[in-house]
Amino acid sequence: MDFTTFLIQILNALQYGLLLFLVASGLTLVFGIMGIINLAHGSFYMIGAYLAFALTSMTGNLMLSIALGIPLAFAFGALLEWLLFAHLYKRDHLEQVLLTYGLILIFEELRSITMGDDVHGVDIPAMFSASIPLSDTLSYPVYRILISVVCLALAGGLWWLMQRTRLGMMIRAGSHDRDMVQSLGIDINLLYRTVFALGVALAALAGMLAAPISSVYPGMGGSVLIISFVIVVIGGIGSVWGALLAALLIGFADTFGKVLVPDLAGLVVYLVMAAVLLWRPEGIFRKG
Amino acid sequence: MAEADTVIQMAGAAPVTGEAMLVAERLTRRFGGLAANQDVCLTLERGKLHALLGPNGAGKSTCINMLSGDLPPSEGRILLGGKDITGLGAAQRSRIGIGRSYQRTNIFPQFSVLENCRLAAQSRNPRPWKLFTDAMHLFDTLERARAAILEAGLGGREERIAGTMSHGEQRQLEIAMVLATDARVLLLDEPLAGMGSDESAQMVELLRGLKENRAILLVEHDMDAVFAVADTITVMVNGVVLESGPPEQIRNSADVQTAYLGDGHV
Amino acid sequence: MNPTTQSRVAMIFKLAVLAGVIAFPVFGSAFYTEMVAKVLVLAIFAMSLDLLVGFTGLVSLGHAAYFGIAAYAVALATPKYDPANLWVVFPLAVLAAALAAFFIGLFVLRTKGIYFIMVTLAFAQMAYYIFHDTPLGGGSDGIYVNFKPDATIAGWTPFDLNEPLQLYYIVVLALVAVFAFLSLVLRSPFGRVLVGIRSNEHRMQSLGYATFRYKLAAFTLAGALAGVAGFLYAVLFGFVTPEYLSWHQSGNVLMMVILGGMGNLGGAVLGAFAFIGLQELFSDWTKHWQLLMGGVIVAAVLFMPGGLSALPRRILKVVNGERGNG
Repeated sequence: MDFTTFLIQILNALQYGLLLFLVASGLTLVFGIMGIINLAHGSFYMIGAYLAFALTSMTGNLMLSIALGIPLAFAFGALLEWLLFAHLYKRDHLEQVLLTYGLILIFEELRSITMGDDVHGVDIPAMFSASIPLSDTLSYPVYRILISVVCLALAGGLWWLMQRTRLGMMIRAGSHDRDMVQSLGIDINLLYRTVFALGVALAALAGMLAAPISSVYPGMGGSVLIISFVIVVIGGIGSVWGALLAALLIGFADTFGKVLVPDLAGLVVYLVMAAVLLWRPEGIFRKG
Repeated sequence: MAEADTVIQMAGAAPVTGEAMLVAERLTRRFGGLAANQDVCLTLERGKLHALLGPNGAGKSTCINMLSGDLPPSEGRILLGGKDITGLGAAQRSRIGIGRSYQRTNIFPQFSVLENCRLAAQSRNPRPWKLFTDAMHLFDTLERARAAILEAGLGGREERIAGTMSHGEQRQLEIAMVLATDARVLLLDEPLAGMGSDESAQMVELLRGLKENRAILLVEHDMDAVFAVADTITVMVNGVVLESGPPEQIRNSADVQTAYLGDGHV
Repeated sequence: MNPTTQSRVAMIFKLAVLAGVIAFPVFGSAFYTEMVAKVLVLAIFAMSLDLLVGFTGLVSLGHAAYFGIAAYAVALATPKYDPANLWVVFPLAVLAAALAAFFIGLFVLRTKGIYFIMVTLAFAQMAYYIFHDTPLGGGSDGIYVNFKPDATIAGWTPFDLNEPLQLYYIVVLALVAVFAFLSLVLRSPFGRVLVGIRSNEHRMQSLGYATFRYKLAAFTLAGALAGVAGFLYAVLFGFVTPEYLSWHQSGNVLMMVILGGMGNLGGAVLGAFAFIGLQELFSDWTKHWQLLMGGVIVAAVLFMPGGLSALPRRILKVVNGERGNG
C-alpha cells in the first residue's frame, strides 16, 4: 500500500469512527444515565437518513434538510420518551429488550409503508462536492472531511455540555442517584426526556450526514445498532470518552480490515471486541 | 475531637486463650487515598464470640468483607487453621467452612424457608451431574437443612415463602442458611438490624447457643446484645483498632468511652 | 383455586395440546401439518432459550447462533449424492452447537447485565458473518440439505424421514423428549442451583457455589438443545441460509419465550405457537405484518407482564373478584 492510499484509509477510518461515535454516544448516555437498553437506537439512525432523503427531495439542499431534521429528531425523541420509554425505567432489562425490539419492527414497517423499500441516494451539496487532490491520481472528497469535522465539533460540544454546563452536571448527577437529584429540586423527568431526545438527535444526525456516502436503504439501522453495541461494550457503559476511543478503534479496525482481509472484514470488529473482553470484561472505561 | 485523635493508637490484639480458628494479620484496605482499614488484627477462637464495634464509618463493613472474601485486602493476611487463605474468593471460603450473614437481608425471597436452607446445605455436596435426580430426594441435604432451621428457631415454618415473613424471621433465616452450610466460622453482620426488643432478645439467645464448637465474629450496633454474648470485643475507629479485650475492659475503658460511646452510655 | 388444582388443570391442558398435536395430521392438510411441525421445532428452540433466560436469568440475544450452526452442520455433512446417516449427523450437529456455545460462553459469561445481552448479540453476529461472507456456507444464498438423513442402523431402518408423516411424529417425539428432559433437569440439584443463581447470584456465591461453572454448563446445554432444533429445522426444510443465525432469529425466539411467560417450559411452547400464529394471521391481513407484530409486542410489555402463561392466573383473579397486580 503506498502512502497516499494509506492516508486515504486513515481519513476513511477517522470519518467512519467519528460517525459511529455520534450514534454510540447517544446509546451510552441513555444506558448510563437511565439504565435503559434500547434496541431501537439503530432505527433512529435510519430515520435520520430517510429524513435527509425526504427533506432533500423537497428542499433540494442537504444542509437545509439537516438544519430542519435536527429539531424534528429531537422533538420526536422527546415524544417517544414521554409516550413509551418513561414507562421502562422501573422495568427489567428483559422487558426493555422486548419493547424496543417491537419498536424496531414498527419503525421498519412504517418506513416501508411511507418510503418504500428501495435504496436511495442523496446528493452531496454542491459546495462540498469537490475533492482535494492528494496525489497525481488520487483525491479525497471534501464532504467526508466535513463529516469528520462536524463529528469532532459535536464531540467537543458534548464534552463541554457534560463538564461545563449545569445541564451536564445534572446529567452526571442523575446517573448516580435519582431520588437524591429529585430532592435537589431538579425535574428528573424533564432531565431524562432531554437526555433521551439528545441521544435520538445524535443518532439521527449521524444518519443524515452519512446518507450521501452510505446510501439510504432498509436494514441500515440493524448493522449500525450492533456495531454501536460493540462500541459501548468496549468503551464502557456511560462513558462518552470511552465511546469515542472505542469508536475510533472500531473505525480503524473495520476500515483496515476491509483493505487487508476483505473476506473476513465483517469479523474483525467482533474479534477486537472478544480481545477486549478477555482483558477487561466491563469495558475499558467502565463508569462506576 | 483533637484529644481523641492523639489518644488513638494502634492497639494490639487481645490475648488468645482458646483454639484460634480464623486469624487476621494486619489487614489493610485502601480506596484511592483513603485507608478504610489499617493494620487490623483479629483472632476468632472456637467456642467464643468476638464482637466488632465502632461508630458508622469505622471500617467494620470493610473488615468483615475482607474476612468473608467479598473484598480483597490491600495488605495483610488471613489464616484459617494456620493456612493462608487470603487469596481465596467468597465461594471458596464458604467451602472451607467460613459462613457469612449479611446486614441487608440476602435471602431467596420467592423460595420457601426449606428451599432457602436446602440450597445452602446442598452446596456442601452439590452433585451437579445427577441430572435426573429430584433435588428433594437428596435426603442428607434435606436433613442438614432441617437441622439448621431448627437451630435457628424457625422450626415449623419450613413451608413459608421467605419474602412473606416478618423482618425478624428473615434475619433468622439469614442465620439458618449459614448454619446449613456447616460453617465452623460465622461472620455475622448486624443480625439484629431492624429488630424490636422481643425479637432482639430471641436473637441474642440464638447467638448464645451458636457458640458451641464454632468461632463467631459479630458486627453489631446493639450494645446490650453485644455485652450479653461477647467473650471478646474489638472497637474500631476510623479504620484502626482502638482497643481490644474482654467486655469488662472495654466497658471501663476511657478511650472507648470518649471515642465512641459518648457520655454515660454504658 | 388452590395450587394443586391449578397444576392439575395445567397438566390436563398440556395433555390436551399434546393430543391435539398428535392427532393433527389426521385432520389437517399436508401444508398445515408442515407448519405445525415448524412450530414444534421452534418450540424446542424456545424451551432451550427459556432454560437460559427464564430459569438461569441469562438474557441471551444471540441464541440463534447455535440453532444455525447445527443446521449448517447437517447441510455440510450431507454428501452431494447420498444421504448422511442420521445417527452420525444428529450427534454431530448437536455437538457442533454445544461446542460453539461452550467457547462463546467462556467469553460472554465474563460479563453481566446489559453487557451480557450485547455481547451475546455480537458473538452471534460474528457467527453470522462467518457463514455469510466466507465460502464455508455457500454465502448469502445458503446451501441445500441434498438428502434427508437416513435412519438406517445395523441394517435396520426404523423410520424414513422422507415420509412427511413420519418426520412429523419424529418432531413430536423430539419435543416431548426435550420437554421431559428439561423438566427433570430443572428439578435436579443442578437445576435448583440455576434457579438460585437467577434469584440471587451473589448469595449463591457466598454459599460456596462456583456460579461461573454452572452458568457455563447451562449455556452449553441450552446451545446443544438449540442445536437439536436447528437440526430438525434443516431436515424439515432442506435448506439452510445465514439468516438462521441472524439477530432477527435471535430476537424472534426471545420474543417467544417472553411472550409465553418465562420460567415455565409450557410457556415457551405456548409462546412459539402464539408467535407463529400471530405471524401467520397478520401476514394474511397485510404484507406489513411486522407492524402489527411490533404493536402486539409493545402492548404486551406495557399491559401484560408475566406473558401469556400468566394470563390464566390473572383472569382467575379478576373472575374471583381479587384486585391487585398479576
